[in-house]
Amino acid sequence: MDTLASLFAILDATLRVSAPLILAAMAGLYSERSGIVDISLEGKMLASAFAAGAVAALSGSAWPALGAGIMVGIALGLVHGFACITHRGNQVVSGLAINILASGLTVVLGIAWFSQGGQTPSLASEARFMPLELPFADAAQVIPIIGPFYHDVISGHNFLVYVAWLAVLATWWVVYRTRFGLRLRAVGENPLAVDTAGLSVSGLRYRAVIICGALAGVAGTYLSIAQNAAFVREMTAGQGYIALAALIFGKWKPLPAMLACLMFGFLDALAIRLQGVELPLIGEVPVQAIQALPYVLTVILLAGFIGRAIAPKAVGIPYLKER
Amino acid sequence: MAICHRDYDTGEVALTTSPKSTEATESINSTDTSAVAGSDAQYAIELRGITKRFGAVRANQDIDLRVRRGTIHGIVGENGAGKSTLMSILYGFYQADSGQIFINGKAVNIHNSRDAIAAGIGMVHQHFMLVDTFSVLENVMLGAEEHALLSHCAADARTELQRLADEFQLSVHVDSLIADLPVGEQQRTEILKALYRQAEILILDEPTGVLTPQEADQLFRVLTSLKERGVTIILITHKLREIMDITDTVSVLRLGEMVSHLNTVDTSMSELAELMVGRKLETRSFHRDEPLPTDTPAGIEVCELGVVDQTGKTRLKDLSFEVKRGEILGVAGVAGNGQSMLLEVLAGISAPSTGHVIVNGQISTAEKPIGPSQMRTLKVHHVPEDRLKLGLVKAFTAAESSVLGYQRSIQFNLRGLLQLDTIRKACRRLMERFDVRPGDPKLKSASFSGGNQQKLILARELEKLPEVLLVGQPTRGVDIGAIELIHEKIVEMRDSGCAVLLVSVELDEIMALADRIVVMYEGQIVAEVNGRDANKTQLGLMMANAHQNAAA
Amino acid sequence: MNTSSIALPAWMEIGLIPVLNIIMALFFAGLIMLAIGVNPLQAVGIMINGAFGYDEAIGYTLYYTTNFIFTGLAVAVAFHASLFNIGGEGQAYIGGLGVGLVFLLLDKYLPAVLLIPIGIMAAGLFGAAWAFIPAWLQAHRGSHIVITTIMFNFIAASIMVYLLVNVLIKPGQMSPESRVFDESAWLPFMHEFLGWFGVVVTRTPLNLSLFFALFCCFGVWIYIWRTRWGYELRTAGHSEHAARYAGIKPKTVVISAMCVSGALAGFVAVNEIMGVHHRLLLNFTAGYGFTGIAVSLMGRNHPVGIIMASLLFGVLYQGGAELAFEIPKITREMVVAIQGLIILFSGALALMLRPWVVKVYLKFKSADTLAPA
Repeated sequence: MDTLASLFAILDATLRVSAPLILAAMAGLYSERSGIVDISLEGKMLASAFAAGAVAALSGSAWPALGAGIMVGIALGLVHGFACITHRGNQVVSGLAINILASGLTVVLGIAWFSQGGQTPSLASEARFMPLELPFADAAQVIPIIGPFYHDVISGHNFLVYVAWLAVLATWWVVYRTRFGLRLRAVGENPLAVDTAGLSVSGLRYRAVIICGALAGVAGTYLSIAQNAAFVREMTAGQGYIALAALIFGKWKPLPAMLACLMFGFLDALAIRLQGVELPLIGEVPVQAIQALPYVLTVILLAGFIGRAIAPKAVGIPYLKER
Repeated sequence: MAICHRDYDTGEVALTTSPKSTEATESINSTDTSAVAGSDAQYAIELRGITKRFGAVRANQDIDLRVRRGTIHGIVGENGAGKSTLMSILYGFYQADSGQIFINGKAVNIHNSRDAIAAGIGMVHQHFMLVDTFSVLENVMLGAEEHALLSHCAADARTELQRLADEFQLSVHVDSLIADLPVGEQQRTEILKALYRQAEILILDEPTGVLTPQEADQLFRVLTSLKERGVTIILITHKLREIMDITDTVSVLRLGEMVSHLNTVDTSMSELAELMVGRKLETRSFHRDEPLPTDTPAGIEVCELGVVDQTGKTRLKDLSFEVKRGEILGVAGVAGNGQSMLLEVLAGISAPSTGHVIVNGQISTAEKPIGPSQMRTLKVHHVPEDRLKLGLVKAFTAAESSVLGYQRSIQFNLRGLLQLDTIRKACRRLMERFDVRPGDPKLKSASFSGGNQQKLILARELEKLPEVLLVGQPTRGVDIGAIELIHEKIVEMRDSGCAVLLVSVELDEIMALADRIVVMYEGQIVAEVNGRDANKTQLGLMMANAHQNAAA
Repeated sequence: MNTSSIALPAWMEIGLIPVLNIIMALFFAGLIMLAIGVNPLQAVGIMINGAFGYDEAIGYTLYYTTNFIFTGLAVAVAFHASLFNIGGEGQAYIGGLGVGLVFLLLDKYLPAVLLIPIGIMAAGLFGAAWAFIPAWLQAHRGSHIVITTIMFNFIAASIMVYLLVNVLIKPGQMSPESRVFDESAWLPFMHEFLGWFGVVVTRTPLNLSLFFALFCCFGVWIYIWRTRWGYELRTAGHSEHAARYAGIKPKTVVISAMCVSGALAGFVAVNEIMGVHHRLLLNFTAGYGFTGIAVSLMGRNHPVGIIMASLLFGVLYQGGAELAFEIPKITREMVVAIQGLIILFSGALALMLRPWVVKVYLKFKSADTLAPA
């Protein structure tokens, strides 16, 4: 049972570390499905993490912090939209600008406001989203395997982890089952068709970048007030890019993207476990190798060696009505 | 369109610059109708004084137009006459600088497609506005879903779509993906989209450009039945035959102005052609007087040539022909039947998959294809179909574009450096010889008109004295004056012993220039005729690969 | 109204609008300073003095400038081929690995005259190699170069951490750094170089790689605008179809442009590793690769513009350091934020102000043309 327990521990950690990836991947899905490339997930998460950490520290409560994180995410989404939709700027350049701006600004403001070397003050548990015990988690323990699985892996996460799972279901439902989803998919494939059908391309894309900003905001909030107890400079550490990689890996579809996030999360959890452990036959696997694996896998996927990832056709191309 | 006139008798119609009054489309005196309302409700659509400028260019100047409900109205004009601008204004893509639009006698403001749809206007664009990855049903529904949940509206939409399809004989596969459908069916989807939105006015922009004559006939039957059910149709085209066949009334646009409104029965193709170009046309034919001696050497030989593209689709199949020195071989066909690929293979841009091409004793095969640079050294020169995509680089200066393909020639290189002065001088020479205006090598290629860009490309290629000249769509989007010069230069090359392969979708152009004509259909040559004996109906059937059936 | 088709005089297009964009960026930077309670004008004063006020400051400013010229040129060359190389950071990093490996192997055996050219070549070759893989994947497998180069930055970082922690670390040392190279592998400092001519300046990290950077500017200019290879690169960048028509192989252009770009990024290691640190260490690229994007955008992908933009960023970096020293409320990351704003306004929003400029221009122009009538 010891291996089972440690397996459960890894799976539990997988869910914890993959939650922000899932949220960010869903965020990116809305944006990219609407035709707007979003490499600024990283920056949005970072800025939101800072905003949430700061507000949580000042208000002592998690909910206004979540609100602040979402608002900052949306604000940066609107900046991206303003550049890419209204002014038809280069979407990669705009995303990069947001990432760099967030990276600089969070430290500048953090030091100016909190004077803790760029960190926000440590949060008490009331100001955070703390692990929740799901109903019957203890009672179910008596059932073999499933019971402990429910107790150790499924239960005991903070509120935002469950939000992340819900976000996947909601995204699937919105994209494939609603009018908005139909239009969203259409505008990412052929904006002219959407325009001539009497719909506003800009309107749809703005809605997409706002949803994207909000979800990225939740992802950032998760980092600073749920997974950790403070904002730390550069705390996203490339997770926005990993989420983007997962989105591509999941071929811009909600459920496969979530699976990719879980896989990347699992690799991350495994990397921590394997640190300094000698494996039979292989020997010690360098932790850097496992950390780099999501990037390597994405490169291999993009190269078409394991299936093909076909992006929304209009992604990255500014929509120009008058010619 | 200088030559489309050739087949038809020239009526003695003087050119009119003021609109001609007819029963259906009276000219409108704008001073009388300065009041905002009060247009006649019998007209489904009425335009008054529509003007649109792009910078210094007048795309539309004081356009008036009236179309009676339940009629088919044609709008003809050359490329660049302002047809598309006018329709874009009607569909809300552009805003007119001044002027008014009345629908059923009521003044309307059309700011975007939504307004146009609300006013009952539907449009079938030249390039279809469809989402390839969606089904027909999803495309039709898009933007007209009545409920936020797809499951609530899909069933209703399906019923309505089926009803419309049955009523107007617009057969479509409702659940097929657009990408899997043939062009004709995609177009029917577009029409259904408009009807689904309860369009009472249907605008079709060059609808037959991608269709075979037979598909076009089917389209026209649909349009007639729509008309019988009270739909008003505006047909934009530069094909006069279509105007004569199907429209009730017709308007002619020239250089952004409406020059005439006519009843179709009262006019003729020759009259329309003259109105379009604004002067009497000379009928010209450039055929050789004498047939070539049978022992004339071939400039280029094609043997059992086949091309399969990366997606595994057969693009060319089993082509065999030769072009003799001193003849023009015309390649006719509906756009997209392999002509472009043929040009690419002969120019060395694409490699053959099977068979081979022989030029100057050199053989290009799948194993050892000859590239574009080597083709040039073998004196095969290529004036490409799409000059903006292939023939020049828009952002380059004219001088830079004038060495495209010859950037490695020793004439322009010295110790690895480009000789910019030499290049500029050479460019100025080309410009003088081919009357390219303005004659400034430092100007951006994009800022020249279509005709002048084409002349520059032609100059660049002809100056190399080709032994084989490949020409694609030489006069597409080119103004009348330049067309004549371009045709003369091509014939000059032929007369000096060059083998010319001319690809054009304009039958009139092919028929005027080519000594021999081959017809391509789905990547194959399906027929060959003598240029002198060719007639349009016959070629039309050949282009649809229906000539054998017709003969049988 | 769509004003994009209306032509403006060249000085407006390449002078006025870029300057207005930078002013916008600096305006927002000023707002950030106000938000944290710093007087922006005072800050500007400190920064300018900190960047130019004394010879040590100038030395530091030019030292930063050198890095930005390399990475700016790297981005620009790729841009001309219509490729967006976000991987400058990783290419510079791997360039450093090249220098490190070569010097750790050879520095005991070869004289400076051989070591320094070999080091420069190693930096370029390794940088080029790290750009070659994404380029090859784009050319032959169709994977998008933006995403691949981003991924390669992370992969490069992992490799460097692994090598420095486990392989190249100097035995018996805690911090993950290699041993210091033999002095014969050091690129002379500027203060030493000027000293040979009797000019005495304060000791700064500025070294002879500045001259190499300027030489690269000249080389890139010749390459892009004066050689047929540059002509072919620009043709392919503007239109793949036109390139194929002209007998240019777009795949070859993608690969060669990226290799040149990667080599230029790799040259950052010439400045940092050969010129300053003289050993291999973690994170010596410090975001210079990303700054190169801002530099290239600001400099409109032209070597002259890139020199000016690099100088501006040199001023920002050095002045920013001074600012952080003088005003404790401000940190060096202020410069990173400004960099983000410049990328936003000079890059993504580059055309935001153009319609306004066109409007004003047309007003003046019509007044001009009416005047004689």
